[in-house]
Amino acid sequence: MIEFINNYLVPGLILGSIYALGAIGVSMIYSILRFAHFAHGDLMTFGAYLAYAVVVAADWPPLVALPFAIAGTAAAALVIDNLAYRPFRKSRPIVVVIASFGVALMLRAAIMLIWGVQPAPYVEGIEPPLESLEPFRIHEKHIIIVGTALVLVIALHLLLTRTKMGKAMRAMSDDADLARVTGIGTERVIAWTWIVGAVLAAAAGVLMAIDTQIKPTLGWDQLLPLFAAAILGGLGRPYGAILGGLVIGMVEELSSYPAWDTVQIFGAKLLELDKPIISPGYKTGLAFAIMIIMLIWRPQGLLRGRVL
Amino acid sequence: MELGGLLLYFTALVTMGGIYAVMALGLNLCWGMTGLFNVGIAGFFAVGAYTSALLTTPPALTGGVDVGGLGWPMPAGWLAATVIAAAVAWAVGRICLRLRSDYLAIATIGIAEIIRLVALNEETFTGGAYGIKGIPRPFETMDRPWGEIAMMLLIGLIVFAVYLFLQRARNSPWGRVMRAIRDNETAAAAMGKDVEAFRLQAFIIGSAFMGLGGALTAHYLKVFHPEASEPLYATFLVWVMLIVGGSGNNRGAILGAVLVWLLWTASELITGALPPEWGVKIAYLKMFLVGLLLVVVLQWFPAGLLPERPPKLAGGPTAK
Repeated sequence: MIEFINNYLVPGLILGSIYALGAIGVSMIYSILRFAHFAHGDLMTFGAYLAYAVVVAADWPPLVALPFAIAGTAAAALVIDNLAYRPFRKSRPIVVVIASFGVALMLRAAIMLIWGVQPAPYVEGIEPPLESLEPFRIHEKHIIIVGTALVLVIALHLLLTRTKMGKAMRAMSDDADLARVTGIGTERVIAWTWIVGAVLAAAAGVLMAIDTQIKPTLGWDQLLPLFAAAILGGLGRPYGAILGGLVIGMVEELSSYPAWDTVQIFGAKLLELDKPIISPGYKTGLAFAIMIIMLIWRPQGLLRGRVL
Repeated sequence: MELGGLLLYFTALVTMGGIYAVMALGLNLCWGMTGLFNVGIAGFFAVGAYTSALLTTPPALTGGVDVGGLGWPMPAGWLAATVIAAAVAWAVGRICLRLRSDYLAIATIGIAEIIRLVALNEETFTGGAYGIKGIPRPFETMDRPWGEIAMMLLIGLIVFAVYLFLQRARNSPWGRVMRAIRDNETAAAAMGKDVEAFRLQAFIIGSAFMGLGGALTAHYLKVFHPEASEPLYATFLVWVMLIVGGSGNNRGAILGAVLVWLLWTASELITGALPPEWGVKIAYLKMFLVGLLLVVVLQWFPAGLLPERPPKLAGGPTAK
C-alpha cells in the first residue's frame, strides 16, 4: 500500500495538479473566446523558460522566480491576443484555431532560438525525500507543486465569486450575447481571460519543470491531456477543469500500475496481471481515449459544460 | 558536372514538392472545399508510409522489423496505403464529424499523436525509433539522372491524376453540395442533404490522399521512421502550403506546395554555406516563419495566391 502511494498516488496527484492549472485556461478561453487554444501548451513552456532565465541570472529558487514568469507570460499572452487573435474576432472561430497553431510554432521556435533545445533541470543535483514523512517518499518539490496549485486555485475561486470581473467572466462564459446586453465590456473580459489563463499556464509550466526539467516540447506534449481534462470537466467550467485535470493525471499514473491484485482496497483481487496494464509509452494515448469516450458518451462533460 | 548537380536538385525539388502537392490536394478537399479542420495529416501520412513500406519491402531488407517484408509490387502497396488511411479516417470521422470543428481538430491531432506513439513503441512492426530501412524506390535500378527523372515524372503523373479527379469532383453536383455544407450547413441540411454522410466522404477521401502522400514519401526516401511524421513537417507545412496557395482552389494547392517547398529547401542551400551552429538556428527560424506565415496570410491574404473561383454553372449565369 505504501509502495502504491509512493509510486502512483503521489505522482498522480502532482501530474493532476499541473494538468488542472493548464486545463482551467483552455476551458475558459474556449467558453469566452469560442476557440480551442492550441498554443496553450507552448504558453506553459514559455513561462517555464522565463523562470529558468531568472533562476540562472539571479540564482534564486524557482518558486521565487515564479512571479516573474507569471507576469511575463501574462504580458506575452496579451500581446499575442492583440496581434494574432484579435483581427479574427469577427471571422469563423476555426480560423483563429489555425492562427493559434501558428502562434504555437512561433513560440516554440522562439524558445529554441533563445535557449536551445537541451533539456535542463532548474536546480542541479538530487534532493532526498523529506525524512519527517517516512515511510512516504515525499520530496520538498511535491509539497511546493501541490501547495502552489492549491493557492492559485483558491485565488481563482475568489476572483470568480467575489469580484465584479470574475462574475462578468462567468456570465460571458455562460451566454456571451446575454452578457453583452447587460453592458459587460467584452474586450475587457477577454483581456482578463487571457491574464488568468496565462498566469495559470505559466505556473503549470514552472511546476512541471520543477517536477521534471525544462525542454522546448514541455507544454506541447501536455496539449492532449489538457484538452482531455477540459472536455472531461465540461468546457467553460473552471471547477470541472480542475476535476478533469486531477482525474486525467491520476489515470495516467495509475495506468502503469503493475499488479492490481496487490491493491486490497475492496478486500479482493481486482485483476491479476503482472505486467503494467498499459505500457508507459501510451500514457498520452490514455488521456486521448478518455476524451473520445467523453465525446461519444457525454460531450458536455461531467459538470455540464457547453457543446458547440 | 555543375549542370548535373543542378538537374538532380531540380528533380528532388519537383518530386518532393509533388508529393506535398498530393497531400495539399487532399487537405483542400477536407478544408478548402468542405471546411473540415483536419490537423492529423501526420497521422494519415504515417499510416500510409508504414502500410506500404511493410507490404513492399523485400523480407531480407527490413532491418529490425520482424513482421512485414512481404515484397509486394509497389503499386499494390500504394493502393493498400490509400485504403488503410481511408479506413482510419472513417473510424475517426464517425466519432468526431458530428461535433463542432474544434473537436475534430483535437481528435485528429490526438490520432496523429497516438499513431506516432504506436510507431515508436511497436518495434516488431515498425522498427521503433530506427524505423524501416530498405524500402524500394521506383526506377532505382536505372542510371543516375534517368532514375531520378523517371521518378519525378511518375510523381508528376500522380499529381495530375489526383488533380483531375478532385477537379471533377469539385465541379460535380457532389462538389456543389460540399461547398454548400461549408458555407451554410443548415441550408444544406434543409435542402435534404445528409450533411454528416457528405462530410464523412470528404474526410475519408482527403485523408486517403494524405496516406498516399506518406507511402510515396517512404518509397522516395527509402527509409521511414517516426520522426518523419513530426507534425511540423507532415502537418503544418501542408497547411501553410494550402493557405498560401489558396484554399478551395486545387491549382492553388499545387502551386502552394511547390512554392513553399522551394522556399523550404532553398534555405537549406544557404544553411550549407554557414557555420554549423548557425545551421541549427536556421532550422528554428524556418519553424518560426511557418508559424508566422500561417498567421500573416490568414490575416491579410485569406484567399491565398490563387483565390477560389466557383465553377461556372452549365448554361446559367456564373455563381456569385
